[in-house]
Amino acid sequence: MWESVIGLEIHVQLNTKSKIFSPASTNFGAPQNTQACAIDLGMPGVLPVLNEEAVIMAIKFGIAVGSEILDNSIFARKNYFYPDLPKGYQISQYEIPIVSGGAMEIIINGKSKIIHLTRAHLEEDAGKSIHDLYPNESAIDLNRAGTPLIEIVSEPEMENAEEAVQYLKNIHSLVRYLGISDGNMQEGSFRCDANISLKKKGSTTLGTRAEIKNINSFKYVESAINHEIERQAAILDRGDSVVQETRLYDPSKDETRSMRSKVEANDYRYFPDPDLLPVSISQELIEEIKSNMPELPSAKKTRFINQYGLSEYDTIILVSDRELSEYFENILKDSDLNPKMTANWIITEVLALAKKTYLSVKDYPVSSEDLKYLLSNVTNETISSKQAKDVFERMWDNKENPRDIIENEGMKQISDVDELNKIVDNIIKNNYKSVEEYQSGKDKLLGFFVGQVMKETQGQGNPKIINQLLKEKLKK
Amino acid sequence: MHNKTVSELKKYLEEKKISSVELTKHFVDRIKAIDPHLNSFISLTEEYAITQAKKIDLEISKGKIRPLAGIPLAQKDIFCTKGLKTTCGSKMLENFISPYNATVVEKLNDAGMVIIGKTNMDEFAMGSSNETSYFGDVKNPWDIEYVPGGSSGGSAASVAARLIPCSTGTDTGGSIRQPASLTGVCGIKPTYGRVSRYGMIAFASSLDQAGIFTRTAEDCAILLTHISGYDPKDSTSSRKDVPDYEKECKQKFTSMTIGIPIEFLDGLDNTVKEVFEESIKVLEKNGCKFKKISLKSSKLGVSAYQVVAPAECSSNLSRFDGVRFGHRADNTKNIDDLYKKSRSEGFGQEVKRRILIGTYALSAGYYDAYYLKAQKIRKVISNEFAEAFKEVDLILGPTAPDCAFKIGEKSNDPIAMYLSDVFTVSTNLAGLPAMSLPMGFKNHLPLGLQIIGNHFDEAKILSLAHHYQKITDWHTKKPKLSGD
Repeated sequence: MWESVIGLEIHVQLNTKSKIFSPASTNFGAPQNTQACAIDLGMPGVLPVLNEEAVIMAIKFGIAVGSEILDNSIFARKNYFYPDLPKGYQISQYEIPIVSGGAMEIIINGKSKIIHLTRAHLEEDAGKSIHDLYPNESAIDLNRAGTPLIEIVSEPEMENAEEAVQYLKNIHSLVRYLGISDGNMQEGSFRCDANISLKKKGSTTLGTRAEIKNINSFKYVESAINHEIERQAAILDRGDSVVQETRLYDPSKDETRSMRSKVEANDYRYFPDPDLLPVSISQELIEEIKSNMPELPSAKKTRFINQYGLSEYDTIILVSDRELSEYFENILKDSDLNPKMTANWIITEVLALAKKTYLSVKDYPVSSEDLKYLLSNVTNETISSKQAKDVFERMWDNKENPRDIIENEGMKQISDVDELNKIVDNIIKNNYKSVEEYQSGKDKLLGFFVGQVMKETQGQGNPKIINQLLKEKLKK
Repeated sequence: MHNKTVSELKKYLEEKKISSVELTKHFVDRIKAIDPHLNSFISLTEEYAITQAKKIDLEISKGKIRPLAGIPLAQKDIFCTKGLKTTCGSKMLENFISPYNATVVEKLNDAGMVIIGKTNMDEFAMGSSNETSYFGDVKNPWDIEYVPGGSSGGSAASVAARLIPCSTGTDTGGSIRQPASLTGVCGIKPTYGRVSRYGMIAFASSLDQAGIFTRTAEDCAILLTHISGYDPKDSTSSRKDVPDYEKECKQKFTSMTIGIPIEFLDGLDNTVKEVFEESIKVLEKNGCKFKKISLKSSKLGVSAYQVVAPAECSSNLSRFDGVRFGHRADNTKNIDDLYKKSRSEGFGQEVKRRILIGTYALSAGYYDAYYLKAQKIRKVISNEFAEAFKEVDLILGPTAPDCAFKIGEKSNDPIAMYLSDVFTVSTNLAGLPAMSLPMGFKNHLPLGLQIIGNHFDEAKILSLAHHYQKITDWHTKKPKLSGD
């Protein structure tokens, strides 16, 4: 009966060295209030000066999503009182943003959909209020105040949580490809607000929306949206109407709750900031940035499919994370490993352990070099893939060196036919009942025999040869 | 010694006829004797000044002579001075000690000047009489029952009373020129962007500009050269080269065409009109051509100003919330209570009035009718000036509609007070440079002559002012002071 309409506002912290309007450092995790200078503190008489690095990063993003880069975008003041907002206003862009329009493709179950961007603008982050440090007082940490952000606003074109999460993931992947943000969601470098409304199926009029603020994980975005859709549907089902309001997602209770209604909403009294000039951007600068763009996910995807003959499914997984795709290509560099086999290994073995241990590519305990060594040993049949998996687990868990394991432990695949013949003969002799059963048509028993031989060889027998020998001898 | 100009003192110091320490002590003593009657200083920085003067004297003895070595100076208390109290005339910052120097302060310190004190001012520079200061009224040295003008009232009065040879000021709608006019001294407000605003506590950012008070045009030129120039800390400061204004203004005077806006004379006080016309005559005899011009929209200036300035101030003053610095109210229940009480206690009536007006003007639904419309008027005014400067070199008029008024006379009538700025605000709206210099008296109170120039034409303004002071002696008149 109801169709949901979702738009996202994504806040991306740019990884500039200094803040957007001051020379203070943007490093995360420094002791409280040690990275806030007079400008960040909003001391009397100080003035903002725009950090050009932030402008360049915003332009990079704009180019990557095919937006128009606007010359003479304007910084405006968004006025409201909050203890962690030192000046009593946030410097943001309002009427004229730096990036206008653009699009992002998402693929779900093989189907492509284009999500259009409304705009992306530059602004400064606020500080942090800490309410649980002292019993009756709040503390303020202004290290984050003045950190550059781009706010990326989408059109309300997503229909469900799955699309929204995919769009969010694609933007996340893109900003990391562009090297403009570390995208660290736990540290708040990448967070989003979701605007959700429901309309009657087939209707073109949008319903009243609720905005869910500051959601900082893909999983939370999914549950927050699903909960909000359910909540609004229940309201509309009873014939009531949804109230326009700002809501908060509480992951510990897995629910959204009201923060403030439209009536209580601030009147931000936006006006152009007289301390800052319009941002003048030359065509030459745009061209220069264009010519230095890194390879973007869509281009890399096409290249992987063509160059390595990978499936689209595998490619999407590898390319979704810039560092993972680089890990993959580093393994293939200067080697004759099979790309498909390598991709399979990454997608099944590596990602499984990475997921289990919550590690991202840069923290993988197994370097691409070591994995290359391991896979080469599989390819030249020195070790079996079963052995390789065991070795890999030891490499991952204990940071063991694959050379040490394979060479020192004499780990070798037994491919000597004479040696294997003896073992196979023995197994057949000792299991005559099973042989009879096999010969009377119970084909499945081949696995049993293989297992027995492997057990005898302590897992080192070459499975290809063992299979061959068993099939031949069991025929008789 | 206190009757000497900056240019004369510079020679005395360089020729070692007097030391900076002696000069500093002389002015400190004079301030201590006379200022209790005038209240032109909020703080005296005696200890700091003596230390500075000693340092400068040592340099001079070693032959290192900075351009303004050892000359005493008063800073308007709107400029942040590192390690010294910077109150902005407000209870809100009564105990605020700035951790950094304003660029203007930094530049004058580098030039070797010695800060002797911080001058009184209207609270946050909002006023035309210096009556809104939390630290009490400043008295006009020509008659202590009268106001010295504002907001830079202390800077103007101290120079007029020869408590200091020169001082800094800021001008948002006339805050340098109107007090200069009312106290009979020279005051220049340069082109917007000529002087860095960094460290100058903001009132209305798009209008504020720092400037100088002295007794002669030549002195204004000397100091202006040193405070001007691009500052990487202020994005709105200009990258245009800074001329040597002193050299420029002392060059042989060449004939100029000067515009007189008919609107400025309309309904003008008779004496002011007579005095002004007399100065035209003097200049006419001495190589100037005059031309009547029209600045039709300048009458809308005060209205546009009274929207733009409060709008910007309402936002600029939000940072004074009692959280990080400045006045914080006691016994507050929660954060909203803390904001409300701290700001209610810390700000005076005029500041509150402007914050309210500005907040209203920027509110949803009123923005277009007020703020945007005011910005349009601003554009029209700018264009009219631009047209006028196609025909004339400079524009001349009285600085203020009248001489100083009595303390208390207009303090309950904000509209009458705002009209004190009727001749000065439009130049701020257009970002133009302008100067006031003494042109005569109404009874015993001084009157100022305003010279308005095109953008970055400070040298032209100073040249005409210097020329005028060579053929007149109004700038040499001294008030009689009790304690003198």
